Amino acid sequence: MILRYTFLRLLMLIPVSFSISVVIFMIVYLLPGDPIDNLLRVGSSPEDRAELVAQYGLDRNLVVQYFVWIGNMFQGEFGQAIVLRRPVADLVAQNLPYSLTLGGLAFLFSSTVGMTLGTISAVVRHPVLDRFMRGFILLGSTVPGFWLALLLILFFSVNLGWFPVSGAGGWTSLVLPVLTIGFGGVALVARVTRVALLDAQREDFVTLLHAKGLSSGTILFRHLMPHALLPVVTILALRIGWILGGAVTVEFVFGRPGLGSLLIRALGQRDYPVVQACLLMLALAVMLGTLIGDVAQASMDPRIREKKS
Amino acid sequence: MLSVRDLGVAFGAVEPLSGVSFSVDKGETIGIVGESGSGKSLTAMSVMGLLPLIGGRITGGRIVFDGQDLTSLPERAYRKLRGGRIGLITQNPMTSLDPLQKIGPQVDDVARLHLGMNANEARARTEEILGTLRIPEPALICDRYPHQMSGGMKQRIVIAMALAADPDVLIADEPTTALDVTVQAQIIRLLDDLVKQRDLALVLITHDMSVVAQTCDKVVVMYAGRAVEYGPVETIFDRPRHPYTQALIACIPRGLDDTARLTGIEGTVPTVINYPKGCPFHPRCTRAEAICATDPPDFSVEGDSAAACHFAEVADAQSA
Ligand SMILES: Nc1ncnc2c1ncn2[C@@H]1O[C@H](COP(=O)(O)OP(=O)(O)OP(=O)(O)O)[C@@H](O)[C@H]1O
Ligand code: SF4
Ligand SMILES: [Mg+2]
Repeated sequence: MILRYTFLRLLMLIPVSFSISVVIFMIVYLLPGDPIDNLLRVGSSPEDRAELVAQYGLDRNLVVQYFVWIGNMFQGEFGQAIVLRRPVADLVAQNLPYSLTLGGLAFLFSSTVGMTLGTISAVVRHPVLDRFMRGFILLGSTVPGFWLALLLILFFSVNLGWFPVSGAGGWTSLVLPVLTIGFGGVALVARVTRVALLDAQREDFVTLLHAKGLSSGTILFRHLMPHALLPVVTILALRIGWILGGAVTVEFVFGRPGLGSLLIRALGQRDYPVVQACLLMLALAVMLGTLIGDVAQASMDPRIREKKS
Repeated sequence: MLSVRDLGVAFGAVEPLSGVSFSVDKGETIGIVGESGSGKSLTAMSVMGLLPLIGGRITGGRIVFDGQDLTSLPERAYRKLRGGRIGLITQNPMTSLDPLQKIGPQVDDVARLHLGMNANEARARTEEILGTLRIPEPALICDRYPHQMSGGMKQRIVIAMALAADPDVLIADEPTTALDVTVQAQIIRLLDDLVKQRDLALVLITHDMSVVAQTCDKVVVMYAGRAVEYGPVETIFDRPRHPYTQALIACIPRGLDDTARLTGIEGTVPTVINYPKGCPFHPRCTRAEAICATDPPDFSVEGDSAAACHFAEVADAQSA
């Protein structure tokens, strides 16, 4: 049942990825400027330029260029970075692990801490705790990541000297970036968990669970939590894209290598193949995140499994 | 088996329930009737010890079950009674089961909790109970999810849950309100059979006087959070002494169904915030006099029945 559902969802990804690839391809061409300018030596003639343009196939029809590109992608052929003059695949392979570590940790941080805080605030209904949680949630959902990053750097790195200001050496360099990306996520997940738990508590079937003689703890963990998890999983799945997006700025601010840093540099140089590859990886991650979220939800909720398959 | 004496319930400063008394024995069915908002469900929740769940508390009275007062029972001990010796059936079977879990485990819980059975024994018990409730192919049903079943079937599952630990008392809070008319009759007959076969004490909450007439031995009539009349079903139907009971009975021949919920009586049910002074029924009572608006009536007891009306004796004289 769940396999069939997963397969159907995978099929649905085909048209989606096609549209996304077209968009990514077009965005890059709509940017002003082109990478050839970065390759030209001072005093080159228009003929030199035309030659280079032809060499990279940039003079061909856009449609043809698209199909050449997507065809290459399918064969895992990411091409050659125009400005950096290295295989794009190498660049991606070099940077991806950094982003995955950062994103993965930020994801873990925001989901575990967020769900714990949300559960505590739903179960322990104390006025002071409530006010604290609400303030925290407001802060977490309004403070921009880069600003928080700068504050954290100033305080913990510059003033206290606990963590390095930038770079990617050892685990200490991960602490601040993970906090920066994860903070907003913690607040969001905590809020969704809390609301979902309170909603679940009001359901009719909870009365009957108590009437069976189950303890409140059992009811919370075996019945209410699964219900609360449904919206949390949806949010977390969407969050994967958000976290990767956040990684772009945070990597930049903290001077960490990663897909985000690579993308920003390549954008500056109009290095089309690199930009396209980075965007494609990000889009892929978002699609995978959504897919995993949907499948996880379907595996938890029999009603969804039946409706959609 | 179960006796409720002068029960009162409050939420904060409002007191939607006061002075409710009744008792049931094994093999007996007591009906609690009254319009929407009269406090029937609150009475059920009080007996189950589940008021804290909805933010309420017991302000007075006693709930005596098998010789012990439940109002002072600690939560841990109460949990052993709930689902063990006192079973609850709720109004809406569509929403009374956890939609994310299969039927089997939800029913198994009861035998595991109260009969100390392991998973296999509990499942065998579940299938046996489903079988006695005339549910076809119990093993198959156990593997289903709630949304895959009809309302009537789900209500049988809920009944199975309430019965799994062989309780002494069953509280059914409008068990058929959400069901089709034909299914309603089946469920009521099922409950009636259970009382006889298993020597249960059944508290049947309903707003349908004809169901009361068919199945109950005793009745409590509730109005605005109070018991206004109680007694053996024959007495209540032959010689109702409270004008509200009389009005309820007068509604039966008009074909009272769920949608027509006692619309035969003029006026509207008071809500907790505007419970009238004096006799709560006086704004709608055809026999009300000056005293009714100022003094709350006491119970006028006659034999094993009682009515809270200033003119209960007069009514006796008239009908005699
Ligand atoms: N959680 C609550 N907080 C405050 N007041 C409540 C609460 N639950 C019930 N009440 C009040 O108690 C009164 C009795 O409610 P109850 O649910 O017992 O009525 P009922 O007789 O079961 O009606 P129905 O036929 O609609 O089920 C209502 O008027 C309602 O306003
Ligand atoms: S006490 Fe008065 S108002 Fe109340 S039921 Fe009797 S006659 Fe009617
Ligand atoms: Mg009710």
